[in-house]
Amino acid sequence: MFITRILQNDRGGQIMLAVLALVLVLVPVLNLLVPEGSFLHMPTYLVTLLGKYLTYALLAVAVDLVWGYLGILSLGHGAFFALGGYAMGMYLMRQIGDRGVYGNPELPDFMVFLSWKELPWFWQGFDMFWFAMLMVLLVPGLLAFVFGWLAFRSRVTGVYLSIITQALTYALMLAFFRNEMGFGGNNGLTDFKDILGFSLQADGTRVTLFVLSGLALAGGYLLCRYIINSKLGRVVVAIRDAESRTRFVGYRVEHYKVWVFTVSAMLAGIAGALYVPQVGIINPGEFSPLNSIEIVIWVAIGGRATLYGAVLGAILVNYAKTVFTGLMPESWIFMLGALFVLVTLYLPQGLAGLVKNLKENRWLQNFSRRAQA
Amino acid sequence: MSEGAHLRQTEAGQPDASHKAILYLEDLNVSFDGFKAINNLTLYIDSGELRCIIGPNGAGKTTMMDIITGKTRPNSGQAWFGQTVDLLKLSEPEIANAGIGRKFQKPTVFESHSVAENLELAMHGNKSVWYSLRARLSGEQHALIDETLHTIGLTDHYHQQAGALSHGQKQWLEIGMLLVQKPYLLLVDEPVAGMTHQEMERTAELLTSLAGKHSVVVVEHDMDFVRSIANKVTVLHQGSVLAEGTMDEVQNDQRVIEVYLGE
Repeated sequence: MFITRILQNDRGGQIMLAVLALVLVLVPVLNLLVPEGSFLHMPTYLVTLLGKYLTYALLAVAVDLVWGYLGILSLGHGAFFALGGYAMGMYLMRQIGDRGVYGNPELPDFMVFLSWKELPWFWQGFDMFWFAMLMVLLVPGLLAFVFGWLAFRSRVTGVYLSIITQALTYALMLAFFRNEMGFGGNNGLTDFKDILGFSLQADGTRVTLFVLSGLALAGGYLLCRYIINSKLGRVVVAIRDAESRTRFVGYRVEHYKVWVFTVSAMLAGIAGALYVPQVGIINPGEFSPLNSIEIVIWVAIGGRATLYGAVLGAILVNYAKTVFTGLMPESWIFMLGALFVLVTLYLPQGLAGLVKNLKENRWLQNFSRRAQA
Repeated sequence: MSEGAHLRQTEAGQPDASHKAILYLEDLNVSFDGFKAINNLTLYIDSGELRCIIGPNGAGKTTMMDIITGKTRPNSGQAWFGQTVDLLKLSEPEIANAGIGRKFQKPTVFESHSVAENLELAMHGNKSVWYSLRARLSGEQHALIDETLHTIGLTDHYHQQAGALSHGQKQWLEIGMLLVQKPYLLLVDEPVAGMTHQEMERTAELLTSLAGKHSVVVVEHDMDFVRSIANKVTVLHQGSVLAEGTMDEVQNDQRVIEVYLGE
């Protein structure tokens, strides 16, 4: 089959997707079918938390595609994630209708508050689900395309490129903070009621969003793996390792870079769109440069250029974040920094590399041989 | 093929070498911050010939290669590939696809790919993004890879990671990558630097076997090596041609002895 062919030489991916499939079946059962009082019942907040992790994992896969394989260290992928989130948020805002505090059927609350009289042109169409979903892909994709076209054609690479991606997300953050931009300023978009007529508070909707996040992660993973396995993927790695050589062999390097960068941005946009209805808010804080740097840390900890390492890193680091920000909120940022330093020094290939090394370890091999005998 | 400037990724037609020469460099000038790297350089390469270019450090050999492959633009002058392709109007990939292949001084192969994959990537054909996404090697292309591996003597290393090859093997792989590009003109920069004597002989054989089918330009420092392959040698000095002829003629040229061989 098509999927088995994509995963042919990808042991880590096979395991990851098998675990994901199991979780996608188990979680809905434990939440919806097991009665509430039972010991095995999974509370809905946990389902949503896991759903959030899955969207982060998809975002990390998108970053691994450009960083691990193409060698572009993007410190601005949070921007594409946030833009996808805003597109979804705008749809959810329009769904509120006249149930807002001011009861205006046409205008979201914050616009009434700013005493705007009519819906700005860029909000038109977002009451239609299909249009909003199209924008989830198109807005991050178009921004990545234009940005990539300008940057890669001028052959901006390395640290300089990282810095301008960082500047991109920072500029967007400042812009979205302004009330006049028309995206709710400081507060962002929130107080969502329902999506396609289903209440966002209902368990069934939460579980559906969780499952959709899982499916999006699986789909995004397979897409990236398919790209990496193709000749295009080999060209991309060639660009990472010897860019000018690739050019002299006859490839238009900037076309490849723009293409991959755009695909990655669209995946990040999808992740953002699934994130927003689960956490119930999108605000300019998502554009914060720190967020984009965190994504890179997830990928580094999980292991670059493996894809499944990105998934592993995103989920583990965010789980740790949930635990430790609960225990000692102040210390998390230092722990994250320390983790990043330690991984860079002692595990340059991340957790995925550690697993690989352990598997090749002589001692372990002997051990398992003895165990078999 | 008349619109040289509009050459796209599609397979290029054969360059028009009807006037015998395949490469025309005329009155080229390049200066970097006032330093004249290339000074009124005029040079013609005939179709099918094997030409060696020698000259002391800073004579402009590598800069000349950079102009031909589109990496450096000259301040003035002309560079034509055949009668119709104006090299000064094309980008690096366009020049590569028009049929000029280049081997660098430092061997640069794609280290994390296998030997066969290196050849696959270098192979002539459609190199656009969407095409690459769906591209599969045809039987013909597989055969070309096998044949090329045989030519460069790396058949046993088909699946080996290119980064794990020895220095000499990397040089050959790079020549192999040039061959599958099916270029009409090969530019080879210092192919035997750092090679053992045996490897050098093997490389000499390889390059002489290529001439005729392709035009080959070799830049080299090693005089013994140049003598073993060249029938025509061009000496560059301070960015222009100092002398041209057979190795013996050149070696007996008084000016050449002064600037170069006499050192």
